[in-house]
Amino acid sequence: MASEASPYRLLGTRIPYIEGPLKVSGRAEYTDDLTRPNLLVGRLLRSPWPHARLRSIDVSAARKMPGVAAVLTGEKYPTTFGVLPITHDETALAVGKTRYIGDILAAVAASDELSAERALAAIQVDAEVLPEYSDPHVGLGAVAEPIHSRGLNGSNIQKEVHQHFGDVDAAFAEAAHTVRVRGTFAGVTHAFTEPLVTMAEATPDGRLTVWSATQVPHYLHRALSEVLGIPLHRIRVLKPEVGGGFGGKSDPLPHEIVCAALALETGRPVKMLLDREDVFLTNHGRHPTQNDLRVAADAEGHLLAYDLSAVIDGGAWSSFGTVTTYYNGVLAMGPYRVPNFRYHGRRVYTTKPPSGAMRAHGGTNVRYTIETALDELAEKLGMSPFELRMKNALPPNSTTITQFRITSTSFLACLKAARERSGFDEKFRKLPYGRGIGLGCGFYISGSNSPIHFTPKMPQCTVHLKADMDGGIAVHCMQADIGQGSNTLLAAIVAEVLGVQLERVHVVPVDSDVSPVDIGSYSSRVTFMMGNAARQASERLLALLLAAAHELTGYPAKQLRVREERYEVAHRPEVGVSYLEALHKAMEHSGALQASGAYTSPPMGGTHKGARAGTAPAYSFAAYVAEASVDAETGFFAVEKVWAAFDCGRPLNRLAVEGQIEGSIHMGLGQFMGESMNYRGSRLLNPSLLEYKIPTPQQMPEVEVLLVGADDPEGPFGAKEAGEGPLVAILPAVGNALYDAVGVRFYDLPVTPDKVWKGIERRRAEGTPWKGT
Amino acid sequence: MASRPLRTRVNGTALERTVPDERILLDLLREDLRLTGTKRGCDLGTCGCCTVLLDGRPTLSCLTLARSAEGREVTTIEGVTPAEGLHPVQRAFVERGATQCGFCTPGFILTSVALLRDHPHPSREEVARAISGNLCRCTGYTKIIEAVLAVGGGK
Repeated sequence: MASEASPYRLLGTRIPYIEGPLKVSGRAEYTDDLTRPNLLVGRLLRSPWPHARLRSIDVSAARKMPGVAAVLTGEKYPTTFGVLPITHDETALAVGKTRYIGDILAAVAASDELSAERALAAIQVDAEVLPEYSDPHVGLGAVAEPIHSRGLNGSNIQKEVHQHFGDVDAAFAEAAHTVRVRGTFAGVTHAFTEPLVTMAEATPDGRLTVWSATQVPHYLHRALSEVLGIPLHRIRVLKPEVGGGFGGKSDPLPHEIVCAALALETGRPVKMLLDREDVFLTNHGRHPTQNDLRVAADAEGHLLAYDLSAVIDGGAWSSFGTVTTYYNGVLAMGPYRVPNFRYHGRRVYTTKPPSGAMRAHGGTNVRYTIETALDELAEKLGMSPFELRMKNALPPNSTTITQFRITSTSFLACLKAARERSGFDEKFRKLPYGRGIGLGCGFYISGSNSPIHFTPKMPQCTVHLKADMDGGIAVHCMQADIGQGSNTLLAAIVAEVLGVQLERVHVVPVDSDVSPVDIGSYSSRVTFMMGNAARQASERLLALLLAAAHELTGYPAKQLRVREERYEVAHRPEVGVSYLEALHKAMEHSGALQASGAYTSPPMGGTHKGARAGTAPAYSFAAYVAEASVDAETGFFAVEKVWAAFDCGRPLNRLAVEGQIEGSIHMGLGQFMGESMNYRGSRLLNPSLLEYKIPTPQQMPEVEVLLVGADDPEGPFGAKEAGEGPLVAILPAVGNALYDAVGVRFYDLPVTPDKVWKGIERRRAEGTPWKGT
Repeated sequence: MASRPLRTRVNGTALERTVPDERILLDLLREDLRLTGTKRGCDLGTCGCCTVLLDGRPTLSCLTLARSAEGREVTTIEGVTPAEGLHPVQRAFVERGATQCGFCTPGFILTSVALLRDHPHPSREEVARAISGNLCRCTGYTKIIEAVLAVGGGK
């Protein structure tokens, strides 16, 4: 196991969040904590119909109501937008049609909440109700009224992917063992604690300022410009503190654009805070999915092929859906070598709240299906689940059949650590009936190689530094800290390279006027990409400081070494200058020092259609063991302990990495044991945090975090991502532990106690005892 | 709807102001007094982000009429924070990584302060039960429980 000893002064230790004191004292400022003079309240009228053609929206009465400053409908801003440039299919407010219960029909800005609500109630909407399509399978063929005109061949299919690598049929023909499973997955949502909220102000100098709870300020900036028709440089986007995102604040969202439009309409600042039901309806959570998987293996347990097809419920909009459709296939390609692979994926529009990107986007559901199937395969082979995975692990410096470049992987070290620490071999199939242990594994991209923004030759991240006479160092970057600790990591990298104390480094809050572009917190890209950009900027600033130290000491820069707040001669440590002396000397030439660093991922990937999907400059790896207990009389179960072995390369902030792993386990456990967007037809039945069941503190198992990664060759200081990869392995680890406990397979999520109880009863009725019971 | 004078104490200071009968305590704190450390997460009593102490007892301010504070003491996160430095519970949350996005944190701190006042050395189970009305989506509660136990002299 990797030692906790680090060659670095700060990196690799446990670094409390630099903004922690503000957060624990309630002094951190979130968007809803901000206000402006003469502020208006923005409110939205949402569609009560899942699918309807809009004949007219009469807002004349609403406009005349007391306190009302503006009422807006869709025609004024018909320009379509969306997070992916190739699938712009959203409008800020509904134009012509409404596509789910919750689509925005009209918006009001008023002096207060009550006036706004009264105005909404006075809006008259005349609509022709159209057929609703809540089941994606219905939309696979031609339908009477496609939800979008872009549906393929009169269907509701938004995206269809066919991929075939190698020869799957030949592989199955020669296979000694095959497994076939179908897994279905309910939709789940992010449920961040801070509701969606935006504030906007248009000022007489012709500029628009927008504060928003977003994890991708840059894409919001672009969407505002496109839809509102205002040049980018006349829009200023600010990201205050953000209360969690998990993917749910990564699309540019309609209410953000509507809020800005109301500010333009009125010339006054407008704040729009969505209530919790609105947040659920905005959704963009994990896609409801059905996976059909066949796995082929030879007699020794070498994997020969996967044959996978998926039907993915997209909801009303495209969002990230084209990526989702590819990911649900190609993220099957690790952490094992799979020589033949066929995938047929279809993402289908439905008249339900849009699905989108949620933590471990595209990799979670398919991973559960695969890991469950492999547990079954190991059983057929009479082989330990560990042995099967060790036999098939992708080695370092290898290439998948989909042309993914695997550089570092410590997957075998993860397996070893999880196996030994959990005592798996002593427990597997040996614990008493009702108690079980299971293995689940995974991998995830460490930053999408394929930036979504529309000028792909620009860097994915740029960091600016400025050191002035006070000795402080201001750091500018549009990366979005949404709680994962990226501000702290950014400051720590700068402090590490320059040798200065952490409190000298000030991470300036995101402001598009001064923050150079970073494309935001998604695809687990920030540590890798921002980290490399920050390192480069810091090394360039250090070069200026060392040149000044050379002037002062007479020793060339390459003979100087960085100590805490000091640059000294390596072979004569008594000769040196302080950081401040070097800084002030350097400033004699140029004033405040500035440096810039950037990161662009290297060329990679194949040339087939969709080849870029899933490529990343590195991948994280995970092997989790869970131990669970089941009450066979009620079906209630508890996860007792999790051993989470994870390869994030070198962990740069152990406190933050542990927090990501523990939080991911909680979130993954939620999807496993109860979280579910429940619908009657197209109507969401549980849009509240009471009815949407998130595990409580009492349901959270003890977690032993095992960080075993070796340095990644391209990651900053050897690091890879730890934000999303830690989620995927927990679900199958628990599912396989339940099988070991009671002998029942669970392919469909969530697994609620009634399903467990029925499974136990079914097994009893079949007369197939498990562990003698 | 009628407005009447309300006499209460907020963070140790007497407050007298005319408040509409239907005014919610959370709105009084956030909108009228600009005590924005108390967070609005759901307005339905389901997340605990708006937790304050009413006469020392954790209370969901989004489900409480401002009128209910008549003659009582309201303590918000601003009232727990010393003029200089941090309260031991706050310090433990920072040092042990018990705050990530931070939006739920003020509510957790107030809940934990009340727990530790009544049970200075709680067990892990007691901490888990005490905080079960507060939702955290980032931490999995692991480091929150560790922070509270650390203040209580536990593990």
